[in-house]
Amino acid sequence: MIIKQLSVFLENRAGRLTELTGILADNDINISAFSIADTADFGILRMITGKPELAEKVLKENGFAVKITDVICLIIPHKPGGLHRSLQILSDNGISIDYMYAFATSEDRATVVIRTDESKRAIEVLQMHKLELLKAGDVYQL
Amino acid sequence: MIWNEYHECMDREQLAKLQGQRLRDMVERIYFNVPFYRNRLQELGIEPGDIRSIDDLKKLPFTTKQDLRDNYPFGLFAVPQQDVVRFHASSGTTGKSTVVGYTHNDIMMWSEVVARSLTMAGVTKNDIVQVAYGYGLFTGGLGLHYGAEKVGASVIPISGGNTKKQLQLMEDFGSTAIACTPSYAAFLGEAIVEEKIDRSRIKLRAGIFGAEPWTEEMRSEIEKLLGLKAFDIYGLSEVIGPGVSMECACQKGMHVFEDHFIPEIIDPVTCEVLPYGELGELVFTTVTKEALPLLRYRTRDLTRLHADWCECGRTLVRMEKCVGRSDDMLIIRGVNVFPSQVESVLLEMSETRPHYLLVVDRENNLDTLEVQVEVEDQFFSDEVKELEGLRKRIQSNLASTLGLHAAVRLVEPGTIERSMGKAQRVIDKRKLK
Repeated sequence: MIIKQLSVFLENRAGRLTELTGILADNDINISAFSIADTADFGILRMITGKPELAEKVLKENGFAVKITDVICLIIPHKPGGLHRSLQILSDNGISIDYMYAFATSEDRATVVIRTDESKRAIEVLQMHKLELLKAGDVYQL
Repeated sequence: MIWNEYHECMDREQLAKLQGQRLRDMVERIYFNVPFYRNRLQELGIEPGDIRSIDDLKKLPFTTKQDLRDNYPFGLFAVPQQDVVRFHASSGTTGKSTVVGYTHNDIMMWSEVVARSLTMAGVTKNDIVQVAYGYGLFTGGLGLHYGAEKVGASVIPISGGNTKKQLQLMEDFGSTAIACTPSYAAFLGEAIVEEKIDRSRIKLRAGIFGAEPWTEEMRSEIEKLLGLKAFDIYGLSEVIGPGVSMECACQKGMHVFEDHFIPEIIDPVTCEVLPYGELGELVFTTVTKEALPLLRYRTRDLTRLHADWCECGRTLVRMEKCVGRSDDMLIIRGVNVFPSQVESVLLEMSETRPHYLLVVDRENNLDTLEVQVEVEDQFFSDEVKELEGLRKRIQSNLASTLGLHAAVRLVEPGTIERSMGKAQRVIDKRKLK
């Protein structure tokens, strides 16, 4: 249930992101989900890719600062209140979210990537409430 | 106007005699009071009696900033602590300051040379002098303060910063002279324009600017903005502080107060003394200083000396504006910065490695310092707040070591060029030519 997310430090500099996507393409690595947190000087790119270990290796070889972070991927119905219900559960259980981002995987389902310091407990409580989570095998294939 | 005509216009032969006499006394003082110097002189087989005239100066050993550092804080002092009435300090290369001390007589001498300097800029007791140099460990504020009081001028000890207040007092008190760094002078000038202050209410006539390199272009810009005549003052805390040399109204270089500070120009590599007119490293021997007398102190400033006739009537040699340094010291907003200080800050922090680059620039006439630090894989957090926290910690550690705000920018690993041998640690974009 724990998914490996790649985080990459990026300077705000033209063409830098293209270099990164090029390296992944050359190594036949698919990007499933993707988000950028940006500040005035730098950005942190977070993404879920296929073959995360390989992705980490080739990016490091190309001089990127890369880090693998554990996240969970929660499937929610693609309709009003879908996200709210899951967040309410986490909040009721005192689990705080460091950051999150979402992507729609089909017309009726969306996936939310959630980073928390308490991944295991988050998985427990979400499953207890019968919410669906992506498995590592599923997500890298998306 | 000349403050001390006897010493400033002395026949050069007579001056050489006086210097010889004072050098003899100084060597005797340091030989008997400073173990460091006694050892140095003994190693060279020099006894105080061997020094008879100024021509013997070249036999004596040099003193460097490293010597001051090795003997931190008071090891080179030639008087007991109870005779020291004041300390000043400037930043050193490894985080430790260079400490200087003054006896009562030293303060009197310093006030005298600053009084001579202010007189060169036409300052008299009728003037209101706004001292906008920093007061504190930095010598600028108190140095100018005492000199201006000695002249009998009315001093506004406003210190640096607080631009609004500077402008308000400048207007309300009618300051006629101002002393600060040239970059701050330009900044004040621009603030006057921005605040749309009525120019007829600004009474400034003279500006005494120093503590950092500046150009002739900056001079004319400041003169235009503030409506005054801008004078260049030179000094360094090891020698005394501001007032080692100063420009007269002829503005053909800065007259060195040679009766107190004997200047030499040497080849920074061979240490050979060079004749007047040649470019080299400036060296000072402080023949009258009591607390911290320095023998042939290597300033690392590169310049030339000229002894030809000056129309102002002073016979003192003139030094040109310094054209650079023989080491890697930077002067940023009047503060001495060594790249090695940044390195020591990064090494002390467990979460950074010493891969850095200093980018110095000048925006709106104020020097800016950006320190680029590479983010290492092992310290990279994927949370913005963590990285921002790291950036701020580096920033505050740098501020406390450098005594200067530096903007820290995190960059990707490997982006700072590593060259074979000496790495390029500094990009200075300030145009000072």
